[in-house]
Amino acid sequence: MCDTCGCNVTPANEHLVAEGGHLAHTAAGNESVEVLKGLLDANDHVAGHNREHFERHGVFAVNLMSSPGAGKTSLLEATIDAFGPELNIAVVEGDLETENDARRIRDKGVAAIQISTGSACHLDAHMVHTALHDLELDGVDVLFIENVGNLVCPASFDLGQHRNVALLSTPEGHDKPAKYPVMFRAADLVLITKSDLLEVLGDFDPATAESCLRQVANPAPLFEVSARDGTGMDNWLDWLRQEAGARE
Amino acid sequence: MHELAICQALIGEVAAVARSEHATSVSDIFVRVGPLSGVEYPLMQDAFPLAAAGTVASEATLHLEATPVRVACGECGEESDVPANRLVCKHCGAWRTQLISGDELLLQRVVLEGHNPGEQQHV
Repeated sequence: MCDTCGCNVTPANEHLVAEGGHLAHTAAGNESVEVLKGLLDANDHVAGHNREHFERHGVFAVNLMSSPGAGKTSLLEATIDAFGPELNIAVVEGDLETENDARRIRDKGVAAIQISTGSACHLDAHMVHTALHDLELDGVDVLFIENVGNLVCPASFDLGQHRNVALLSTPEGHDKPAKYPVMFRAADLVLITKSDLLEVLGDFDPATAESCLRQVANPAPLFEVSARDGTGMDNWLDWLRQEAGARE
Repeated sequence: MHELAICQALIGEVAAVARSEHATSVSDIFVRVGPLSGVEYPLMQDAFPLAAAGTVASEATLHLEATPVRVACGECGEESDVPANRLVCKHCGAWRTQLISGDELLLQRVVLEGHNPGEQQHV
């Protein structure tokens, strides 16, 4: 679709541009033009290219989203350790500043590209596209895109991923899906992280978290995991195996 | 907060329409925004003049139309208007619903000034 050759005129909207359609003239002689264009189309277009790039390489791409400090990087470290040579992993890290997270991943022997967003609070498809120029995807099974810690903006930007995984750490409270419906509506899987703290906290009820997720009409599975003591990691690893396997 | 980036994308789209219609300026821009698009209307209104400054839309008024959050029930088939964080059927209480309105972020219409119909091209 483009704006130059008329291919964006479809049977569904051609009545708008036909004579007497909504391409009407106002009383003042000004022209009113019906556009019907999504404001994120430019992003979504690049996201589509990213997705094609992943598929050409047989890579399963996961967009990891959460609040800052919910344990995305720790989860990745534990995931890399658990898989060992079974799955080849690569990581794109998004943060406002520093290479710290990419360094933690590289210390595990895994390729990691850091995107420093400056003051931008989310990754977009263009940033990921640029990062992909520096990342060799041959032989990679799973690419994790660790988004900027933020439960608001990342939800609105398609990066070209195949699945969205949202982390909800136990200290944050079980009603996060009700507070951030845009994010949790977009999740294909929700991980309740730092589950080793459930006992200490005493006021996080996983059943309530699930109920809040269903209230935003999301049928996604929820797993409790602890990257620290390994509890529940098997569910997460099996989910990844299954999803990655489906794309080979 | 990415409302400024959204407004910059909006101005890009509006400028493209103005160019293809040979308009000298834009007086009105109509955008449909759903609560589940992730965009805050007041922030978008605040950001708009910053993005519009120095462009063909610098004098334009931004009209934001909030779309209702509406779901169709997968169980009973009824439709309901619902709050953004409670997408549950109001008729039967089922949570397996499909969103049919409420996540739009759509440039719907622009009003152009000073265009020359003789030079007009098809949109």
